[in-house]
Amino acid sequence: MALSASKLKVGDTHEELVVDDLTRTQLVMYAGTSGDYNPLHTDDVYTREVAGYPGVFAHGMLSMGLTGKMLTNYVGDGRLKKYGVRFTNQVWPGDSLTAKATVAEIREENGEKVVDLTVETVNQDGKTVITGTATARVDP
Amino acid sequence: MADEIKFPVEATHIMMFARSVGDPNPIYYDEEYAKETEVGHIIAPPTFPRAVAQFDPDYHLRPKPGEKWFGSGKNPTGLTEPAKSTGGLHAEQHFEYHRQPKPGDVYTVTTKPGKTWEKESARAGKLTFTETIQEYRDQNGELVVTSRGVGVKTERPVEQK
Repeated sequence: MALSASKLKVGDTHEELVVDDLTRTQLVMYAGTSGDYNPLHTDDVYTREVAGYPGVFAHGMLSMGLTGKMLTNYVGDGRLKKYGVRFTNQVWPGDSLTAKATVAEIREENGEKVVDLTVETVNQDGKTVITGTATARVDP
Repeated sequence: MADEIKFPVEATHIMMFARSVGDPNPIYYDEEYAKETEVGHIIAPPTFPRAVAQFDPDYHLRPKPGEKWFGSGKNPTGLTEPAKSTGGLHAEQHFEYHRQPKPGDVYTVTTKPGKTWEKESARAGKLTFTETIQEYRDQNGELVVTSRGVGVKTERPVEQK
């Protein structure tokens, strides 16, 4: 379902729980498809004993991908024009992430209606793990 | 990163990628469903372009036969002298979609370095940021996706609060 500019207003929000109790297996799946086999994300022995972290943690791009699911569910398939994030905190196995989009502006670009969104993903403790922005084409 | 990478986009890779980001949307694997949508065909999830790493012959985060790997085997690391740095982390990622990536596309991905800057952090010491810009052009030379990534090398592991 596509969004419609006439029905949107600045400050509207859409929020989704994008992962509940993130598993180490999900991290392995992401390594396998993305091709990023950094042992920080799949190899607990290396990560604890050599890298000095408490254990494996999620690829930033996995958090961005999970957050992207919320965005495409909100704006509709094939509607995204831009999507960008900053990774502000690491995401760990066991985390549950909630991603939220907020309408920042509704405007026209090259004869099309578009919506600018701010994006934020928080973990179960309310700590922000991703901040970002997105732009999507919307119906008039 | 190689300067120029050939990236063929395949339906199976898209299906597996969507699973790996926990997205069950049928537009990523069901051709019949996708035909009935506004887009009219299978597309890739928004962050799929970074899977170009699979096609980079030099990608440093993929073990290669005959080369020592820095992850664990018999020992916590396969290297005799593991690097003092904890390696790179991803700081930022930005995509611009000129059209939707789809199965059958064959991209030529060119990579160029962007800016480099430093910042002091209480949690991880000196941070060195490096920007990378990638352009994904299809078999007709059309620009499909522009990607801007920022990597960060930390002086020490990021302290956990």
